[in-house]
Amino acid sequence: MRNFDQWEGFEGRQWKEEINVRDFIQKNYTPYYGDETFLAGPTESTNKLWGELQKLQKEERAKGGVLDMDTDIVSGLTSHGPGYISEELKDLETIVGLQTDKPLKRAFMPYGGIRMAEQSCENYGYTPSPELHKIFTEYHRTHNEAVFDCYTSEMKACRRNKIITGLPDTYGRGRIVGDYRRVALYGIDVLIEEKEHDKANCGSGSMSEDIVRQREELALQINSLKGMKEMAKIYGYDISAPASNAKEAIQWTYFGYLAAVKTQNGAAMSIGRVSTFLDIYIERDLKKGLITEEEAQEMIDHITMKFRMVKFARIPSYNELFSGDPVWATLDVAGTGVDGRPMVTKTCFRFLHTLENMGPSPEPNLTVLYSSSLPETFKEYAAKISILTSSVQYENDDAMKPVWGDDYAICCCVSATQTGKEMQFFGARANLAKCLLYAINGGVDMKTRVQVGPEYKPITSEYLDYDEVIHKYDQMMDWLVDIYVNTLNLIQYMHDKYYYEASQMALIDTEVRRTFATGIAGFSHAVDSLSAIKYAKVKVIRDETGLAVDFETEGDFPRYGNDDDRADEIAVTLLKTFLEKIKKHHTYRNSEPTTSILTITSNVVYGKATGNMPDGRRAGAPLAPGANPSYGAEQNGLLASLNSVAKLPYEWALDGISNTQTINPDALGHSEEERKKNLVQVMDGYFDQGAHHLNVNVFGKEKLIDAMEHPEKEEYANFTIRVSGYAVKFIDLTKEQQMDVISRTCHAEM
Amino acid sequence: METFGLVDGPGVRFVAFLQGCKMRCKYCHNPETWNMDGGTEWTASQLFQRAYRYHNYWKNNGGITVSGGEPLLQIDFVTEFFRLAKEKGVHTALDTSGNPFTKKEPFYSKWKTLIRYTDLVLLDLKEMDSENHKSLTGQDNTNILEMAKDLSESNVDIWVRRVLVPGLTDDEAELNKLYEFLNSLSNVKKTEILPYHTLGLFKWKNLHIPYPLDGVCPPTKEQIQAAEHILHI
Repeated sequence: MRNFDQWEGFEGRQWKEEINVRDFIQKNYTPYYGDETFLAGPTESTNKLWGELQKLQKEERAKGGVLDMDTDIVSGLTSHGPGYISEELKDLETIVGLQTDKPLKRAFMPYGGIRMAEQSCENYGYTPSPELHKIFTEYHRTHNEAVFDCYTSEMKACRRNKIITGLPDTYGRGRIVGDYRRVALYGIDVLIEEKEHDKANCGSGSMSEDIVRQREELALQINSLKGMKEMAKIYGYDISAPASNAKEAIQWTYFGYLAAVKTQNGAAMSIGRVSTFLDIYIERDLKKGLITEEEAQEMIDHITMKFRMVKFARIPSYNELFSGDPVWATLDVAGTGVDGRPMVTKTCFRFLHTLENMGPSPEPNLTVLYSSSLPETFKEYAAKISILTSSVQYENDDAMKPVWGDDYAICCCVSATQTGKEMQFFGARANLAKCLLYAINGGVDMKTRVQVGPEYKPITSEYLDYDEVIHKYDQMMDWLVDIYVNTLNLIQYMHDKYYYEASQMALIDTEVRRTFATGIAGFSHAVDSLSAIKYAKVKVIRDETGLAVDFETEGDFPRYGNDDDRADEIAVTLLKTFLEKIKKHHTYRNSEPTTSILTITSNVVYGKATGNMPDGRRAGAPLAPGANPSYGAEQNGLLASLNSVAKLPYEWALDGISNTQTINPDALGHSEEERKKNLVQVMDGYFDQGAHHLNVNVFGKEKLIDAMEHPEKEEYANFTIRVSGYAVKFIDLTKEQQMDVISRTCHAEM
Repeated sequence: METFGLVDGPGVRFVAFLQGCKMRCKYCHNPETWNMDGGTEWTASQLFQRAYRYHNYWKNNGGITVSGGEPLLQIDFVTEFFRLAKEKGVHTALDTSGNPFTKKEPFYSKWKTLIRYTDLVLLDLKEMDSENHKSLTGQDNTNILEMAKDLSESNVDIWVRRVLVPGLTDDEAELNKLYEFLNSLSNVKKTEILPYHTLGLFKWKNLHIPYPLDGVCPPTKEQIQAAEHILHI
């Protein structure tokens, strides 16, 4: 059993015998049942630093979205000297460390793909280094090159026609949350020792492919751990040993995360569940009288400021897909323990309080792991912050805990993984709305007129017959799932080979559980179209070549989003059918297949590639995001809509079911007190039915329209809205995306 | 129906709007519910089953509200709906203008049964003076005030509401009369000023009915405060 002086006063022994942060948390945290009155406002240092950062963010926007870029240094753990928000104010920063040597300067990260890295420079007027070009084309392969070398022509056609879409083949897959807390609790040297031990015990001598790969990966992880120590030294810290106080614990944890964002430009780079862990250190220091509440809050404000600064170089088309330049630096608070105690601590309050101290912000993506059994005081404070800032999302701890235990973290917008025990292969999504059109047209794409899918017999009748459509849809989905899973198998193989996440995997157990995360786009439109075919009469409009190009729907039909079982049953069946098909396939590294309904604002881009639908959706119009009902489909108010979404069983979409709702403040109640109580009541009712996720926006349409027309107004500089699974600054969205957000249902009662 | 009402009674409310009303209030914001025909037909039991799907959201602070149109025109239906609700312990609220109220039979015994199942009545008192009431709504108000007294005697809670239309329902003397009247009752739990708004105006246009209050503006903050002052809110 290990013992360190730094652990003085901490209870428990299992976590000393092995790497086990969860056990440490459970043995040592102090649940907090009180209200928010203990919280401290921003210190003068915080105000100064935040003021400086806001200036930089303003400059960044004025320069078209990028303040500065590297063109000739490949980003790595020790590639840059120290960086600060401002040289003059650097002594005020209690928590230090930037991705590069300057604030908001974007690093050059070529391993995902050199072309992507170069294009992102060129798009913003920077010239990437020719030497690096030579190295990454002549001497070193990248993930992107390797994937495209191995794609079949069918895979390329599917990709081009966007029946499978958003694939991580030109960018990092992300979604791996290292257990950054391990750096603080154990120090790097213990972590190296453990990984050396694992390497020595890896295999029995015979070098099968699996064993060789594992040995190589462990070697890479150990190198990364050593690199992290060097990286910390650049800022004057020695992180070999455990953190001895709150400030070090926060700093060490941040270094763990910083290592990840210096080496990976992943689609989602989440932070994890750190608040209750850090609270243990803060409580110890407060009890000893070493720090005050003001100082505790200041450190939380400062690490949060760092999370607000994480940026990657990306190309505009990527930003179109993932609107508003998000990082998904998701940080989770609250939840409940397996023993039933709430895991709400004062530091959960402190993290939410950063939105008051420094105003609303899309990052870090603050996520409340919600249960109706959480203390009322905490639920009401979270609701209050939601109403004030629209910067918080909620996920159902009661649904996730039975599956992932009580130390899971959200690794993307809404997907859960067990911290330090698990990694995920992110796999974007298959467009099931488009698949329905392929079924009708025998595999021909309505938009491009190319034979993309197999040349099955198209439907030729004037009116669509439900049973015939279902039969053909099922066959077409078989084909789609097959090509989709195989494309992902190929991508994940190459990502492991050319863009391995060594520094994150170094902070995860060697014996790791892997999930294979597939996803669905166009969900509500597929459901409503099937409902139209079943309950109304759908006439097919064909062009001169016999291709179905439009539909005329006669009569009324139930739509998903009205708590009408007729439509909602179709939704449940569709989800189940898709997942069952996925599960039949072999998935890379024996990962466990899951699926999701959580398209982010990529719904705008996906919609552009999808033709007219039987539910009346016009070609090119945005798809509804995530599991949201289609635009205008909800006729019975917010709760009916919530009930429809709540019917989708989380067990069949373990990667997540996202739902975004906007509520007019006046509809929520007359006073602040009434509003927060009502919002808590709505969430209790929704989550008690087993629903997975809720994004809550509280504002009226008028405010959005005004912000779109007057982005220059000071009040809109940080105006944050929740879209599916994450948050963005509204003024960072394209006009098209802004219009899309405005056109979505805003629940108001008249 | 609206599954997410938060301003028509305490907490989170399932609000059912019943079709049909005999009043013709100049500022009505639901004129589409005047006609007795239209809407979807429900049995009380069907509607209650529908409403009860939302009981998760009510807990100890919410329930069902019946509004309109004028729900008392379908008193048998409302009684059955509320009876089913009380069987499950659901809070019931009746949003009424009081216009159909009378102590004559057969209405009055039906009414007595209904209020046994009613936890709260949201009562619009639009105008105290009978003649002015007629000109504002087309109907007399004697029976409405009688109903308020009846509810007071039966110990049924009421929330009194006043739609404040500048120049029409904000007369100081009249508001004082209203305050006096409310003081004479023992069951008033809340008095609310609902500022007149023009959000329902488009509905008049859609129905091709000339809008009698064309050009009237919503009350200012000061006007609202003045009224609230008189009513001691």
